[in-house]
Amino acid sequence: MNEVSVAAGGPREFIAFRIGVQEFCIDIMSVREIRGWTPATALPHAPAYVRGVINLRGSVLPIVDLAERLGFPQTDASARQVIIVVQVGAQIIGLLVDAVSDILTLTTENIQPTPDVASDFVKSFVRGILAIDGRMIGVIELDGVMLSETEAAA
Amino acid sequence: MDTMAAIRETFFQECEEQLGELEVGLNAMEEGVADSETVNAVFRAVHSIKGGAGAFKLDRLVRFAHTFETSLDLIRAGQLATSPTVMRTMLRSADLLADLVKASRSDHPVDEARVDAQIAELKALSEDVKEAPTEANAGGGGADGLDFQPVLLQLDDFGETEPQAARYAIKLIPAPDLYRKGNETVRLLRELSRMGEFRVECDTRHVPMLDALDPEGAYFGWRVELTTSEDEAAIHELFEFVVDDCELEIVVDRAGPAVAPEASAPAAAEPIAPLVAAPAFVAPVAPAPAEPIEAVAAATATVVEPDKAKVEAAKPDAAASLATIRVDLERVDRLINLVGELVINQAMLSQRVLEAGLARSSSVAAGLGALEQLTREIQEGVMAIRAQPVKPLFQRMSRIVRELTDATGKIVRLRTEGEATEVDRTVIERLADPLTHMIRNAVDHGVERPEVREAAGKPAQGEVKLSAAHRSGRIVIEVSDDGAGINRQRVREIAIKKELIAPDAQLTDGEIDNLLFMPGFSTAQTVSNISGRGVGMDVVKRSIQALGGRITIASRPGHGSIFSMSLPLTLAVLDGMVVKVADQTLVVPLTAIVETLRPKAGDVHALGVNARVISDRGGFAPLIDVGQELGYRRDAADPVGSVVLVVETEVSTRCALVVDAIHDQRQVVIKSLEANYRQVPGIAAATILGDGRVALILDIDTFVARTNRSGAGQESLLAAVG
Repeated sequence: MNEVSVAAGGPREFIAFRIGVQEFCIDIMSVREIRGWTPATALPHAPAYVRGVINLRGSVLPIVDLAERLGFPQTDASARQVIIVVQVGAQIIGLLVDAVSDILTLTTENIQPTPDVASDFVKSFVRGILAIDGRMIGVIELDGVMLSETEAAA
Repeated sequence: MDTMAAIRETFFQECEEQLGELEVGLNAMEEGVADSETVNAVFRAVHSIKGGAGAFKLDRLVRFAHTFETSLDLIRAGQLATSPTVMRTMLRSADLLADLVKASRSDHPVDEARVDAQIAELKALSEDVKEAPTEANAGGGGADGLDFQPVLLQLDDFGETEPQAARYAIKLIPAPDLYRKGNETVRLLRELSRMGEFRVECDTRHVPMLDALDPEGAYFGWRVELTTSEDEAAIHELFEFVVDDCELEIVVDRAGPAVAPEASAPAAAEPIAPLVAAPAFVAPVAPAPAEPIEAVAAATATVVEPDKAKVEAAKPDAAASLATIRVDLERVDRLINLVGELVINQAMLSQRVLEAGLARSSSVAAGLGALEQLTREIQEGVMAIRAQPVKPLFQRMSRIVRELTDATGKIVRLRTEGEATEVDRTVIERLADPLTHMIRNAVDHGVERPEVREAAGKPAQGEVKLSAAHRSGRIVIEVSDDGAGINRQRVREIAIKKELIAPDAQLTDGEIDNLLFMPGFSTAQTVSNISGRGVGMDVVKRSIQALGGRITIASRPGHGSIFSMSLPLTLAVLDGMVVKVADQTLVVPLTAIVETLRPKAGDVHALGVNARVISDRGGFAPLIDVGQELGYRRDAADPVGSVVLVVETEVSTRCALVVDAIHDQRQVVIKSLEANYRQVPGIAAATILGDGRVALILDIDTFVARTNRSGAGQESLLAAVG
């Protein structure tokens, strides 16, 4: 999943979405599908940003509240929110966001490094920013979204 | 290299099959119900293993298989009677052969002493027989007049030139019996070709016209010129098995310093050298003209390779057996998963239709009914793909009984029933250990010593019966013995001594029998290395429960005991109780639940600040609020008015789980949580209910263990779930 940071050359597509008033995007290649919110079954002993699991055509899919993961207040999930189903490594997870806003075609030159004002925590997900038509969009790297088992146990 | 590994793997897979045949055949022979075909099959099995092992240069395996084969050949020739002693040696040899195959497969070292001991034992049997050895070329008379009209056959590829060697002229004229016994001249010639410089001529003069040709006959003769550094004995040894069924003439033409390399010869012939000592057998049958065997396949093929057809004709049932394919297990598993999803989807659809208020008589409902029927059939069909008969598992047990009888001095026979009963292979794999333990128990503790048995008026030979059967969607496996039964008095005393029960406890016979399943209970007065290694029937019970099964015990003093296990046919589904806790739906495995109750106010007692217990059958079981423990609610629900599930855990302590309500009891399809997430403590897996929502399946053991460890850890969990 290092495509974002690697200068692969040529234009690539990103899916942009909203969390609150801010905009973020992820590489379209890791997106499997986008679906509406369905109530999740809560998981015991899970980190706060894991909202639970849902049934994705027979598979059990964990849902990550991306807002909470990035340190925003928890998303008030309703039918208006959407789940972006993404592949991270061998696993498939759902990202809960407020709305999908755009599909962007970019080259790597468009991506600027994350300014130093951001905390290390934010930088661990947001690997760069885009400035398009006066909008600022954070490019999210999916690798760090789900904590590894050892981290979670702490 | 990869293809080689694949071929090797195939060889070992076939070895497994051959070993299975071998064992079945030997058992039949032991029971005296074997016909000549069985004996042949046994011989063939060992022979094929030897042949394959030779190709992979597994010398140790070849060496032992060869000795084994020699003894079996004596039995086949009727020179060695299948007495119980002989058969025991044969069965032990089969066990060793299986071990050697296994060792070769994994490149593990082998206990050489054991191999040598077994070889010596087998040889001793052969020694007894070959009192009257005959000339190597006895019975040759019949074919003397043969004249060769040579056809040149250059087998250069095989030749290995040995510099200083003797020349041998070998004449070989097989009789039909040679092929009938499963030998092949091409193999003999190939072996010869490996010994040195080799030239072979085939005599086809005696092949009759097609109409006169007996497909079972033998019409070829061979003349071989061999230059080799091996000694004559090595060549004789090669023909050891066929010498009675062919005309063989080996003439030494000492063109070089033939005797000089003798010193190096034993080294080269080492793998099979020990057999030189047993060169020939009594040969009662002179090569007779071919006698036809009915039902022979393709006559044209037989002209070229009569032995092939011979083999085919020899085992007609092999040809009639069903065609099979080997399929990657992963593909089957994926198919099973997909069908599982189909079933869930179908259930969801049905529920939606019902919710939509469509009449039951509507065409939609009727179509849905048909769909339901179909999905169920597909599911059964797919599950059947992974189902396997329990036969291989049972065969392993008969070996264990054999080893035990040798070790204990008891005489025990294992009788098996329902070997064709099929069950999911995942279940079979995990059944081996508990079953082994139970069989050991039955022999070690169940069956009495021969003198004790006779004193009780029973035959000296005890019997352990292992049976499998399908019963209402589950497989029931029973292990029974005709031994002394459970000594309830002693069981009781031990239980009291080990403080498992109160000295004055009033127990029924059944309750006493069930004490055997208590942890730390072992009735063996001395701890033998056979059973009673500190682990006992409680381990068996636990493994059976882990498989979603139950185990029960029945015993009659003086008549024996029956342990019977009831297991699900597959591990892909689970019988569960669907419960509601703080608006969340959970599934509790049914096998763990002992009873369910609605506690009255007087039953619940506070213990300390937070803990509460419930009185249950004279004892106290700790109350665990499932909702609170999982962080679904902050405060424990009032047990009075809730439902309590009494469960039994790994350590056999009872716990009472407080839930809000019981919804349903049903089979659920198990879904992994780890695939996309990770393991969750206290949760075994997930499932998808009819409404399409995910429900978690409780893992009773880790759930309770966790509760005991972190009495006050709930605060942090609550914070986590929010």
